[in-house]
Amino acid sequence: MFGLERAFQVDLPALEHEFHRLSRKVHPDRFARAGEIEREWSLADTALLNDAYRTLKEPLNRTEYLLKLEGAEIGEEHAGKDRKGQKDPSRVPADLLEEVFELNMQLEEMRMARKMGEADPELETSLEQAKRKFDGLLVEVDQSLRSQWQVWDEGDAAARHSAQKNMVALLDRRRYLNNLVRDVTETLGA
Amino acid sequence: MNGRVVGIDLGTTNSLVAYMQGDAPAVIPGVDGLNLVPSVVALDPIPAEGGRPSVTVGNTARKALIETPERVIYSVKRLMGRGIEEIQDELKLFPFRVAEDVEAGEVPRIRLGEMKFTPPEISAYILRQLKRNAERFFGSPVTQAVITVPAYFNDAQRQATKDAGRMAGLEVLRLVNEPTAAALAYGLDRAKAGTITVYDLGGGTFDISILKLRDGIFEVQSTNGDTHLGGDDIDNLLLTIALDEIHAEHGVDLRGHPGAVQALRKAAIDAKIALSTQQEAYFDIELPNGDRYQREISRAGFELLIEPVLERTAGPCKQALADAGITPEQIDEVVLVGGSTRIPAVRQLVDDLFHLAARGKKPHIELNPDEVVALGAAVQADILAGASKSTEELLLLDVTPLSLGIEALGGTVARIIQRNSTIPASATEHFTTGVEGQTNVAIHVLQGERELAKDCRSLARFDLRGIPPMSAGLPRIEVKFLIDADGILQVTAREQRSGQQANIEVKPTYGLTDEQVEGMILDSFDHAEEDFAARLLIEARNEAETILAAVDRAPGNPAWERLTGEEQAAIAAARDRLAAVNLGEDLSAIREATLALDHATRRFAELMMDAAVTTAIRGKTMDAAGKEMGHEVTAPHPMAAAEFK
Repeated sequence: MFGLERAFQVDLPALEHEFHRLSRKVHPDRFARAGEIEREWSLADTALLNDAYRTLKEPLNRTEYLLKLEGAEIGEEHAGKDRKGQKDPSRVPADLLEEVFELNMQLEEMRMARKMGEADPELETSLEQAKRKFDGLLVEVDQSLRSQWQVWDEGDAAARHSAQKNMVALLDRRRYLNNLVRDVTETLGA
Repeated sequence: MNGRVVGIDLGTTNSLVAYMQGDAPAVIPGVDGLNLVPSVVALDPIPAEGGRPSVTVGNTARKALIETPERVIYSVKRLMGRGIEEIQDELKLFPFRVAEDVEAGEVPRIRLGEMKFTPPEISAYILRQLKRNAERFFGSPVTQAVITVPAYFNDAQRQATKDAGRMAGLEVLRLVNEPTAAALAYGLDRAKAGTITVYDLGGGTFDISILKLRDGIFEVQSTNGDTHLGGDDIDNLLLTIALDEIHAEHGVDLRGHPGAVQALRKAAIDAKIALSTQQEAYFDIELPNGDRYQREISRAGFELLIEPVLERTAGPCKQALADAGITPEQIDEVVLVGGSTRIPAVRQLVDDLFHLAARGKKPHIELNPDEVVALGAAVQADILAGASKSTEELLLLDVTPLSLGIEALGGTVARIIQRNSTIPASATEHFTTGVEGQTNVAIHVLQGERELAKDCRSLARFDLRGIPPMSAGLPRIEVKFLIDADGILQVTAREQRSGQQANIEVKPTYGLTDEQVEGMILDSFDHAEEDFAARLLIEARNEAETILAAVDRAPGNPAWERLTGEEQAAIAAARDRLAAVNLGEDLSAIREATLALDHATRRFAELMMDAAVTTAIRGKTMDAAGKEMGHEVTAPHPMAAAEFK
C-alpha cells in the first residue's frame, strides 16, 4: 500500500507523507456527494489505509506485524480472547525470576495494607525502586529491539532467522515487563 | 441535487448555522437579525380553534420560559443518546419532565405541555429553525448539512444527533467534532504547520483535542473530554446558593416554582457573565412574598466556588497530552472555544496547563468563541461539497474518542479498536459456536476505557443469526467492526465455512429504530419543492403586506410633507403595483414590486430617520424605519441583509 520494502526500520516522515497523499485520494470527505457504491469503497479503503498506517507507525505494532508476516508466533496470539497480559509463571524471564517473586510478595502486602487503610512508606519506596528498575529494563529491551531491526534489515537469511528469534523473545520480555510496571503503578496509585 | 451544504453547531445553549461566503465562513442570522439561536424549544398554547399547537424555537421560546415553564425545554443536548437510567443526575438539576410511561432501555420522552417528545425530536425542531433561517437567507431549499458534536460524544449520542437531522429534513453529510471544527476555522487563514490544542468548554460539554497541522491536513492526535461538564454546571452552583439563601433568610422555598427558578437562573447567568469583566456582581430579585433577595458576589468568591468544576477539565487535558505522546511545551498554539472560556479563571487554568505565559504565548481568542465551531462546520461543509478552491487542499483526519471492545468471558472487555485511532477504523474478529448445532451467537459491543464490561457503556448487542448448524466450534464467523467517518459503528458478519453471508440482526441497546425515526420526521413543508415554494410565497406576501401597511400610514408622518410631489407620486405608483401583484401567485413579481416600493420609499425613510436624530442611520429603508417607529414588522426584507453589507 505504501510502496515500502519489508523492513523493520521505517522512514517515518516519508510514511506520513505517503499516508497524507493517499488520504487525500480515498478519504470519505472526497466522496461525500458521490454514489452509494463509491462511498462504500472510499470508507473501506480509508479504514484499511488508517489501520495499515497505525500498524506501521507504532514500532511495537510494526515489529509484531512484520514478525507475523515472517511466520513467527507472537505471545499475544496464544492469549486468545483474554487480551489482558498473561502471567504464566513459565514465561518469567529466567534472570528476573527471583525479583519477580519478591515483587509479587510486596505487591500482595501493599494491597493488604491499602485494604486495611494502613500506610507503609518503606514498602512504597521499595516498590517505586522496583518500578524504576523495570522501567530501565524496558528501555534496554527497546534498544535491543532496534539493533535487531538493523540486523534483520541488513543481514542475510541466517542473520534474519536469528534476529527474528531474538525479536520474538524480546517482545515476550517486553510484554512481561510492561505488565509488571502496570501492576506496580496500579497498586501504588490505588 | 447539488444545493448548498451548510454547517450547523447544535449547541447545548445556543445553535448556529453558517456557510462559506466566498473563501471565508460566515454565520447566517435569524429573522431577528441575531446569529445565535438559543437552543430552547417551546410549545405554544393549543389554538382556540383546536388542532396541534405550534412549536417555537430560539429567543421567542426563551421568553416563554418564565411565563409557561412547563411548555419549554432547554439544554436537551444533555439527554441526547442516553437511556432513562443514565439521566437521573440531569433530572435533579434540570427541569426536564420525563414521561412516566418510559421503560428502561427506551428512549426517554419529555413532556412539553400536553405533548411528549424524544430528545432527537426536540433537537430536530432546533435544526429545522436553522434550516429555515438558511433557506430564507439563500432564497432556496437547503437539504444537506454538516452538524458538529462534542468530540467525546459516544456512538449513541452521535446516532441520536444524526437522527435529529433526518427528522428535520436534513441529510447529514458528516458529523464533525466541535474542537476539530474550531481548528478548521482558525487554520483556514493560517496555512502553517504545527501542533495545536483546542480547549472547548461550552454550555454543557467539555472537549480537548490535540491536532497536528501539515500541508492542509488536520490530523487529530488525541481527544478527551466530559460530555456533562460546562457552563450549566456553573449556573447550577450559583442557583443552588441563591435558592438555599432565599430559603434560609426569607423562608421561601422557590424549588417548587419553576417560573421563579427560571428567573433566578437568568439572574445567575447574568451575574456569571458580569463577573468575567467586573470584580463583583449583584443578585437583586423580588420574591413572591414581596421581599427582595439582594446579594453581592465577588469575583474571588465566584472563582473559589467554580474551582472544582474547572479542575475537572485538567484530567482530560493531561490524558490527551499523554495519549498524543507530547509535553505541554510541544504545543505551539492553544485555541479557546465555547462561551465558558470567557471566564478569566478558565483562561488562567489553560495558561497553567499548557505553560503559555511562561513561553510568551497567549491562547487564541480572535474568533468569537460562540461562533467558531459553526464557522468551522461551514468550512467542512465546503470541503464536502467539493466545489471550492479555498478548501480543496484541506482534509480532516479525526479520531474515535473511546475504545471499542467486546465482552469476553468473565465480563471482561477485549479491546478491538483503541481510542484515538484515526477514523474510519476497522477491526475483524472471529467467533465460533460452543454447542452442537448452535445457530445463534450473541456479541456484546461496548465503548469505554474500563476493564470490566459493566463499567463501560453498552453500545449494542448483536445477535448473529442463521449460522448453518454444525458441530460445536466448527463454524468460523468473521465479524467486521467499522467505525465510519462520523464516529458511528457499523457491523457486518460472514460465516466462512459455508461461505454464506450470515443474516445479522442489529439490535441497538438504546436509541431509536429506523422506523421510529421515520415516524418522527417533522410533518413539515420542508421536504417537497412545491411546499417550499408555497412557504416562500406566504413569506413574500407577509413582507409585502407589512410594507404596504407602513406606506399607508406614511401620509400621517411629518416627513411625508418634505417629499416632492414627484416622489409622492412614485411611491403611490409603486404601492399600487405591489398591491396588485400581491393578489396573484407570482413570487418573483411580488418580490420585485416589494423591492421597488422599498426603493421608492428610501428617501422618505431617510427623512424620517433624520427626524429621529438620535438613531439616525443612513441607508435604512422604509421597512427598517417602520421597525424603528415601533410598527410591527414580522419579516424583514430578504434583501435587506445584503444591502446593509
